[in-house]
Amino acid sequence: MAQTPSPENLVQSIDHTPPQNNWMDDTPPEFRLGNFSYPAKPRELESFLGYEGAKEWSPMDEDWQLPENWQEIIYEGFRERLDKYRSLKVFMDICVRCGACADKCHYFIGSGDPKNMPVLRAELLRSVYRKDFTTAGKILGKLNGGRELTQDVLKEWFMYFYQCTECRRCSLFCPYGIDTAEITMMARELMNLLGIQTNWIMGPVTNCFNVGNHLGIPPHTFKDIVDFMVDDIEEITGKRIEVPLNKKGADILFVTPSGDYFADPGTYTFMGYLMLFHELGLDYTLSTYAAEGGNFGLFTSHEAMKRLNAKIYAEAERLGVNWILGGECGHMWRVLHQYMDTMNGPADFLSVPRSPITGTVFHNARKTGMVHITEFTADLIKNKALNLDPSRNDNKKVTYHDSCNPSRGMGLLEEPRYVINNVCNHFHEMPEQTIREQTFCCGSGAGLNNDEFTEMRMRGGMPRANAVRHVQEKHGVNMLSCVCAIDRAAFPPLMDYWAPGVDVTGVHELVANALVMRGEKERETDLRGEPLPGKED
Amino acid sequence: MNALYALIMVLALVIIPLLGAGAAEWHVLFGVVVPYLAFVAFVIGFVYKVVEWGRSAVPFKIPTTGGQQESLPWIRQNRIDSPSTKVGVVIRMILEVVLFRSLFRNTRVRLFKDDSQLSYGSSKFLWLGALAFHVSFFVILARHMRFFTEPVPALFSWIETLDGIMQIGVPVIFATEIVILLALAYLFLRRIVVPQMRYISLPADYFALFLLFAIVVSGILMRYFVRADIVDIKVLSMGLVQLQPQIPSGIGALFYTHLFLVCSLLVYFPWSKLMHLGGVFLSPTRNMPNDNRMRRHVNPWNYPVKLHSYEEWEDEYREHMKEAGIPVEKE
Repeated sequence: MAQTPSPENLVQSIDHTPPQNNWMDDTPPEFRLGNFSYPAKPRELESFLGYEGAKEWSPMDEDWQLPENWQEIIYEGFRERLDKYRSLKVFMDICVRCGACADKCHYFIGSGDPKNMPVLRAELLRSVYRKDFTTAGKILGKLNGGRELTQDVLKEWFMYFYQCTECRRCSLFCPYGIDTAEITMMARELMNLLGIQTNWIMGPVTNCFNVGNHLGIPPHTFKDIVDFMVDDIEEITGKRIEVPLNKKGADILFVTPSGDYFADPGTYTFMGYLMLFHELGLDYTLSTYAAEGGNFGLFTSHEAMKRLNAKIYAEAERLGVNWILGGECGHMWRVLHQYMDTMNGPADFLSVPRSPITGTVFHNARKTGMVHITEFTADLIKNKALNLDPSRNDNKKVTYHDSCNPSRGMGLLEEPRYVINNVCNHFHEMPEQTIREQTFCCGSGAGLNNDEFTEMRMRGGMPRANAVRHVQEKHGVNMLSCVCAIDRAAFPPLMDYWAPGVDVTGVHELVANALVMRGEKERETDLRGEPLPGKED
Repeated sequence: MNALYALIMVLALVIIPLLGAGAAEWHVLFGVVVPYLAFVAFVIGFVYKVVEWGRSAVPFKIPTTGGQQESLPWIRQNRIDSPSTKVGVVIRMILEVVLFRSLFRNTRVRLFKDDSQLSYGSSKFLWLGALAFHVSFFVILARHMRFFTEPVPALFSWIETLDGIMQIGVPVIFATEIVILLALAYLFLRRIVVPQMRYISLPADYFALFLLFAIVVSGILMRYFVRADIVDIKVLSMGLVQLQPQIPSGIGALFYTHLFLVCSLLVYFPWSKLMHLGGVFLSPTRNMPNDNRMRRHVNPWNYPVKLHSYEEWEDEYREHMKEAGIPVEKE
């Protein structure tokens, strides 16, 4: 593994001024440890994508051992997608290269690599499109901005379409709404056709398909983990709670990303859900089959996304629930909000979601039948259905990170803020250009949260971390809250690197800390076992 | 280099009519044949392109949300940037197309290396330059309608009066002539001066700017410096409109150059980035409502995929599940 430079050296290395030469001549890109993700294992490509003839290879290899007719394969794949996705076709044609997107990308800001400007990232694909699919490009070639698809161009694709987190920040600023996420998804699909894929995406996808979650946690181990958390909750609150698994006829199926029950600090958020549901007496169930809300298929191909997502509706139907509640996760909600119903619906066996506690009907989820946990909890708080003691979070000075997908692919902005403001007394927003719809990515989304990519993650996460450091210095913020499992995995190292002293939490961990449960003992510690304010000795 | 290629091409487009209509006096070719061909090429090209886009499917509803969704009744929705109704989408599109709302958001990042601090300043120049160019372009286009209509509708006369409202000079100087030159100069200079812009600019980007610049300059020359006979020009233009083309005698090479450059623009338009005029209306991230969980969107090519069913899955884990006390379907 490569040594990541110190924060000071990293900042010094950033130069936002591109070189003088023509970018098309600037190939191949330099693969070095820290700026790319390891390739997928042939076994996984074969078993999941059905890709035959996969080989062990490294991006650092000079010769990528591509199949003989690889250009033809890409050409056909490209043509097929131009017909299937108007987004791709329009976005290939209408960019005027106005440059508004250029400095909106966290990877460009943190690396200075000009090919991380969203416009150029898209041009990597567009240049080939112009050569192969436009009359002018066929005749004029380079003069019309077209270029031949060579192995070096393919290397660029791999480098830069795996240095994009599909966060859509550029799309917000584009006068035509050109969405680089869409382009990156297509490019990754095209590379899949050649067996070019990364291990950190294919591994979770295969696990999720075969076992039920990205991390490959089998059902009995899942139960062990839940039991362990139940013990912890009893220790902290004095209350023994029941957690229903695969319970038929429950009112609600609860689905959350596996990151929430795998590692700290996500686990505290998971405990938070369990405590909240118990306190409400909610008739719900978890599933060990649909044990994953996240969907790394989104980072692979539309087909993979659909294959993984299908489990949620299938399980809801099998268990006979009325509606589905979804936990805190970013890209999971992009899939649930914008893709699930279209891909795997209609879920006519579900009812329009209705909170059994407050009677509120969630009309905004009437067709898909799936509600976001902060929508659910905000409604509880508004209707005074919870007994909350926000002073238990008084030692936390909290800020909130909007995950890319819920903000720019859903519009979930106020719900989590309302919840946080009701369970915490100290909340401070980061600067407005870095939150809500303008939020910056954690730098590790879209399947890039792997160890070998650490340097680029620290670079890509710099704008977000910089804004956190700003409120840390200004308001003494020591807790970064979020509604995303990838954030909860990505932020602790990012904060250690850029803003030491800031911890990371999910919103429902804060909720559970503040939640006064009936018959609980006097709590001495928060969910992490750290003393509550005023109980330090 | 890219700018130079583009300049050479535009210069060629200037020289062709100077030689052809000026020196060789092929007036019918440059006054009648080329304009008709160019117009037909424009219409066919434009329609073809839009139809081609329209033929591609829209499998998913993927709006980029720029504000609060419609959710609980007491949470204030941003009805324009996160519209859940058709009306909201229409308003969002109008603001986008007419006022360049997304561009108005533009910021500029600065990195202060000394204290590793990033800052984001508002940056409205691109928005202003783009809007200035487009508004001027459409006003000039509207003013030119008086060459193609008889009698001239009041609307076009009003626009012309408004454009010349400053009442400077004889003939009156139009505000849009100055604004469009400044806007084009700004849009060109930023591509040359800003290193990031220079890096991303292709010959096509300069070509469009130079071509427009040449059109504007030739037009201005005719109005103020090498006066063209407007009556003769109108005879020509009305002849074209009424499909009874005629070539009046008093029209000079400068006019044919102006006309040829406009024809070049018409022919070039559908096959170039200038088609953003049509494409912006078809952008799925802007023209779709954020009502995904309320109204189902159908993917026309949705197909069944290989799944790992619950039954298969339980077969693999049944013994472990029973041991752990997790309910199973088949005992």
